[in-house]
Amino acid sequence: MSGPLHAPRMGPIELLWDAVRSDRRALSGAIILAVFLAVAVFGPHIVGDATALVGIPLQPPSWEHWLGTNGQGQDVFAQLVVGTRVSLAIGFTVGLLVVLVGALVGVPAGYFGGKVDGALSGLANVFLVLPGLPLAIVIAAYLPSGPVTLGLVLVVTGWAWNARVLRSQALALRRRDFVAAARVSGESRLRILAVEVLPNMTSVIVAQVIGSTVYAIGAQVGLEFLGLGDVSAVTWGTNLYWAQNDSALLTGAWWTFAPTGLCVALVGFALTQLNAGFDEITNPRLRLERAWRTFLGDRGRGVERSTPVVRDHD
Amino acid sequence: MNYLLRRLFFYASAAWTAVTLNFFLPRLMPGDPATALFARFSGQMTPEALTAMREALGFTNEPLGRQYLTYLQHVLRGDLGISISKFPSPVVDVIGEGLRWTLFLAGTGVVLSFVIGSLLGVIAAWWRRGWVDQWLPSVFSFIGAFPYFWLAMFALWWFGFTLGWFPLGHAYADDTVPGWTLEFVADVLRHAALPLATVVLATLGGWLLTMRNAMITVLGSDHVNLARAKGLEPRSVMLRYAARNALLPSITGFGMALGYVLGGSLLTEVVFSYPGQGYLLVQAVRSQDYPLMQGIFLFITLAVLAANWLVDLATWWLDARTRESAS
Repeated sequence: MSGPLHAPRMGPIELLWDAVRSDRRALSGAIILAVFLAVAVFGPHIVGDATALVGIPLQPPSWEHWLGTNGQGQDVFAQLVVGTRVSLAIGFTVGLLVVLVGALVGVPAGYFGGKVDGALSGLANVFLVLPGLPLAIVIAAYLPSGPVTLGLVLVVTGWAWNARVLRSQALALRRRDFVAAARVSGESRLRILAVEVLPNMTSVIVAQVIGSTVYAIGAQVGLEFLGLGDVSAVTWGTNLYWAQNDSALLTGAWWTFAPTGLCVALVGFALTQLNAGFDEITNPRLRLERAWRTFLGDRGRGVERSTPVVRDHD
Repeated sequence: MNYLLRRLFFYASAAWTAVTLNFFLPRLMPGDPATALFARFSGQMTPEALTAMREALGFTNEPLGRQYLTYLQHVLRGDLGISISKFPSPVVDVIGEGLRWTLFLAGTGVVLSFVIGSLLGVIAAWWRRGWVDQWLPSVFSFIGAFPYFWLAMFALWWFGFTLGWFPLGHAYADDTVPGWTLEFVADVLRHAALPLATVVLATLGGWLLTMRNAMITVLGSDHVNLARAKGLEPRSVMLRYAARNALLPSITGFGMALGYVLGGSLLTEVVFSYPGQGYLLVQAVRSQDYPLMQGIFLFITLAVLAANWLVDLATWWLDARTRESAS
């Protein structure tokens, strides 16, 4: 329902920047994310070769190895840093692709309606109801393991939800006056889609990309944990795979899996915060609720029994 | 009736998609998994058995269209071929073995999570800004930020390894004899406790939020105000007037959750080496047991579709609007 149909037309970067400047949650999310991005870009050059055997396997954290060594005697901290790059790269790429595919199916479905809608939403609904993780596993099992396979599998199993959300957005926009005006004035359908409809969906699309990135990172780590990635590569998911397979758990070596999970959670948390702050500034209902709360608060009343009403004109 | 038939048609087409994916995936993939598969088989099986196997998976020497029909026929008959890693058990038998444990673990988990979560959601909405409302949603969204299987690993390490309260895996201890004895049941429960707790913790938050938000909407509606104005007992207003109506979105979500649980319990089963469907599926992938892998995928999909169909029935029965719109 985050349909910011009144929001001024801004590009995705401007909108995000606006959220980061005006909302504390978005700012905290952006800072955490910036740290991880810096690690992803520069980290691997600093820690060097993460696959080097540096000591006795399964040593607890020490000054020499900050997060100890894993079951093969590799430095866990170095693996964590190097893994950040691949995991984030796949996460963001898949996040974008998932929304792109979702938009390609959902927007025409919602905008054109009729038979186009029937076929496209039918397809999306089928993919929504098929169990995602087993489907991902089956597809990944047949393909050569690697980042491309992983990305493909995640897009195939993840696009349908976005298609459904973007379809309902396009459906709502189609009924609006300015779109009708464009249609009456004889503009081509493609031009209306590209110039009138899509720009008004910017904030929804940005929110979807952020949300899908959270999904992509989580699902990717999960699939790699199951051994469906390239197990010889160094990523967050394969680190966890090896932690499980080297029986690190059953020997009490918590340092081999705890830091990776924390990093996944932190990135997910940062993205969610960013999204919440973003929603706060682009969603007119939330904007009004906040104004309403301050208004009532100034008069010493609570907001429990009241509903903010969206004013259509300012 | 129209509504239910339309849904049935939809699930039938979803099932057909799954079967078709199952048929075409191995044929689209590089490296020809079928040849590799039958090469591994040829030492173990008689030529006749091998032919039967080829037919069950549709890898005959006929043109593609005929192969597809042969495959469909066998699937409809419930013949999914023979497992390689558990040779010579038919795939269907292996699935049946795992299904019991998955149904037990995932079924109990999803029901527990649904009941506890929805109750907490009712409480959170009824006592707005009370401590349940203030704290639990943030606690659960914090938990939800972690990858599920990582939480499970953490729980296994802390409660299983460090504290030693729970066993470290499997469905029952090696030295207990399966059967309806008190000892065996207790052992199964002890082994299921930790996986169950992680499933419930990881999925509770969703139910809580759905129920809370639906409750808040319903609490603002006229019939609840009327019930209040009549001076009915608060508990009766809360449960019989508000919660009952607010349950509808949660029930719709229940079908999706079943899919998630049947698929997602896969990770639980892998972490805890619990011998259910998901564990079998991952084992099948690792040992390149394609018939078993395809069979399990098909089976999970059909189970999910059936569950969704049941949920549709329940919605149809509970919500007059779905019946109205159909006629």
